[in-house]
Amino acid sequence: MSDFSVIGKRVPKLDALDKATGRAQYGHDLDLPGTLVGKILYANVPHARIVNIDTSRAEKVRGVKAVLTGKHSGAHKFGYGGDNTPLKGDKVRCRRDEIAAVAAMDDDAADEALELIRVEYEELPPLFSAEAALAPGAPLVHQDRADNLFLRYNYAHGDAERAFDEADEIIEQEFFLPYVTHAAMETSFALAAFDLQNRLTLWSTTQIPFLLQRDLSEALGIPGRDIRVIQPVIGGAFGRGLDVYPFEPICALLAKYSGKPVRIAFTREEEFFATAARQPAHVKMRSAAKRDGTLWAREAHALLDAGAYISWGAVTPLVMMETVASLYRVPHAKFVADVVYTNNIPTGAMRGYGNPQSTFFVETQMDILAEKLGMDPVEFRLRNANVPNSETPQGLKITSCGLRECITEVAERIGWERRAGPNSETRLANTTPPQETLQIQTRNPKIKRGIGIACTLNVGGGARIYRSDGCGATVKVDDFGRVTLISGSTEIGQGSETALAQIVAETLGVRVDDVTVINSDTSVKPWDVGTHASRTTFIAGNAAWIAANEVREKILDHAAQMLNVPANQLEMRDRQVRVRGDGKGVAFDKVVRAMHYREDGIVVSGTGWYDPPTKLVDKHTYKGNISAAYGFGAQAVEVEVDTETGQVRVLKIVAAHDVGRAINPMYVEGQIEGGAQMGVGYALTEELQVREGRVLNPTLLDYRMPTALDMPPIESVIVETADPAGPFGAKGVGEMGGNPTAAAIANAVYNAIGIRLNHLPMTGERVLRALQEKERSAAQA
Amino acid sequence: MPRYHISLTVNGDLHELNVDARQTLMQVLRQDLELHGTHEGCGSGDCGACTVLMNNEPVPSCLVLAADAHKSAIVTVEGLVQNGEPHAVQKAIVAHGGIQCGYCTPGIVISSVALLQENPHPNEQEVREAIAGNLCRCTGYQKIVDAIVAVGHE
Repeated sequence: MSDFSVIGKRVPKLDALDKATGRAQYGHDLDLPGTLVGKILYANVPHARIVNIDTSRAEKVRGVKAVLTGKHSGAHKFGYGGDNTPLKGDKVRCRRDEIAAVAAMDDDAADEALELIRVEYEELPPLFSAEAALAPGAPLVHQDRADNLFLRYNYAHGDAERAFDEADEIIEQEFFLPYVTHAAMETSFALAAFDLQNRLTLWSTTQIPFLLQRDLSEALGIPGRDIRVIQPVIGGAFGRGLDVYPFEPICALLAKYSGKPVRIAFTREEEFFATAARQPAHVKMRSAAKRDGTLWAREAHALLDAGAYISWGAVTPLVMMETVASLYRVPHAKFVADVVYTNNIPTGAMRGYGNPQSTFFVETQMDILAEKLGMDPVEFRLRNANVPNSETPQGLKITSCGLRECITEVAERIGWERRAGPNSETRLANTTPPQETLQIQTRNPKIKRGIGIACTLNVGGGARIYRSDGCGATVKVDDFGRVTLISGSTEIGQGSETALAQIVAETLGVRVDDVTVINSDTSVKPWDVGTHASRTTFIAGNAAWIAANEVREKILDHAAQMLNVPANQLEMRDRQVRVRGDGKGVAFDKVVRAMHYREDGIVVSGTGWYDPPTKLVDKHTYKGNISAAYGFGAQAVEVEVDTETGQVRVLKIVAAHDVGRAINPMYVEGQIEGGAQMGVGYALTEELQVREGRVLNPTLLDYRMPTALDMPPIESVIVETADPAGPFGAKGVGEMGGNPTAAAIANAVYNAIGIRLNHLPMTGERVLRALQEKERSAAQA
Repeated sequence: MPRYHISLTVNGDLHELNVDARQTLMQVLRQDLELHGTHEGCGSGDCGACTVLMNNEPVPSCLVLAADAHKSAIVTVEGLVQNGEPHAVQKAIVAHGGIQCGYCTPGIVISSVALLQENPHPNEQEVREAIAGNLCRCTGYQKIVDAIVAVGHE
């Protein structure tokens, strides 16, 4: 299997040189002749009835070509919850509600017009927490609903109640998880243009071009066949583009009413409050184990503040429950999650889709159980690890599984043997640490070091959360041997198009740079559900492989006639079709020409459609095999805690992930390392501060993402298990890297200072307060 | 709004421009000169995506008023390609996999070129300090840092 010529090679991204030299064209770089500037007026009151909107003065501003309100956008509902409209006509449900929009010839005119719009509100009592929204008699966010509970997930396997009675060790805690946001470096963008047949073209930073076609059709009340979505180069997304946003249909409406192309480019501030952050959660959780080291039961109750409108982010409990029920072998599990409407900002999907949250609370409790059992945390994890060819009680069919290898790799590489025993209390007070822990003590006694570990389970073979989890592909070859892959999938910077090109190149025996990937226009590419759930290399990769194989068979058949040997004796390699073990062959492009230039010539092309053999989860039990493969990983980190300031510094991350097979190791590492960076931010510094429905820190200075100085060296370890269903054995990797990082850091912080922080992020302030609290209670004792 | 006549050398070409008093260097580069390689990530100097060399110093071009750039020499990411040959930093960041979405890349390339002018053989810590003002959300920085250190070893 090591005989690949392209698979497994560290090939630079197809678009890397364009990006390095400033040639790549992002949405923000686009303009059509006569394009107008579109801008939106947000409500900035959390909950109110709209009494009147006066746009008369705005309409008179020179250069203004359209001023729109709810009456122009009509009552077409859209979005996952079917609860949103582009512009709001009657009621405000959160501060970022879109009330009016203008299109003007320049920024100044648009700004002036926005300032001149007068809106009269009658304020209603606001709901700023999920708890308040569920209280009896709470005002309704959506009048057509009986209450503010959008959805309750209720999952169970085994008998959790009884299991906790039977268990020997139990830990029960509450966890508080903050709003965090994608903060892609390129802000959201749309450019809309109608032709004279009323057909819409929308250039967008979306991750879901075909679902967006449908969403726009619903929001605008025009047929989907009259909507074409084009994706320019996208400057990061991380789940942001998984939902339609009001600004996209608003952009289209402005184009329709002004008769001109209109562009809306979010400011950084808008990006912070008007995209969809990861929802905050309040979680009550308990875990139990048997004395012999068997993980026995888990039970978690999560309360999720969805905000004013429901997005795909409402489905994240499905992923949280997967971690609770299926990360390690768990005989008994119960998971309940309430997704609640409030008057806070609407939330959505973000990389990991519930998994970084649940991995944090699940893996914190794994560590505590190990300590209670007097077991080493690595040993406890190895003992309960998922294994290949098994089915979890939830119905996940685990085929390839390298969790144990991942755990062993990271433990060895971080130097786990240097870690102090489970009772770090002793070490904190101990001025002469035992010999084996000496190596990780620092000279400054105020600085404490610790090591921690955490693992992850993530879908790696698609995730069926929509009727289809499919993707289409077409491969064609021209007379000169240039191969074109037209893929339904979406490149958002992660590098999937390069992986797809490698899959096609390997199949046809050509070079990666012989392959062009076209994947950005719904009028050209076949359907795909979108880039999410780490699915693109697996799903789109299988589709591309099927299409390339059809081409391969056609070429081999024809070459067999040309060479007068059976097709099964031929191989395709080095741009040649040749007899295996023999030197005899013919150039790849020559075969293609021979297939074109003859009577009854054919187009040398193939198509592929891949929809994995998975099921939507059962509506009532939430059980079922949602993915065709599962990825696993473990991360070990070493941290340093300054006990005078509370600052936590990550010194090293070792991340081992089972990706089936790395089509391109360089970008597999890139996904792991980038994920870990988001995990470090989630653990230590990132929090979108939302008070009374208002985002208080909408700048990249105040929303603290890790810089190059904050990030430690990361050692990525690729574990290959050759998945039976993956293209060349590959599984998805897009989200896994960020799932276990925060838990590993929290476990390392505990190892350093003996304190469990259940409230992310673990800022210096929080750590210091916890240290002071601990000192006080020690003094009192 | 008052307007100013400025002359500006960008990537070796002299431009005579009439700019609005409020216009930033970034806006002039992107809109008037259509040099789209200089990216706007925040417009407030927090992210470094719009970093350019101004008289050989790296500056966030969103914080420089165009009028203040009068008579200065600017180099953008496009200007680092000489006779069709990308700069060593551009080649290294490509080869090491230091690019994913690529939106921060031009700013990081410029900051790195500025570093290497001052310090041709930086170590890992020096590279991290030099690009600490350039936010990247995709890569975790490791491969970017590896690329710049490697250029210093060439």
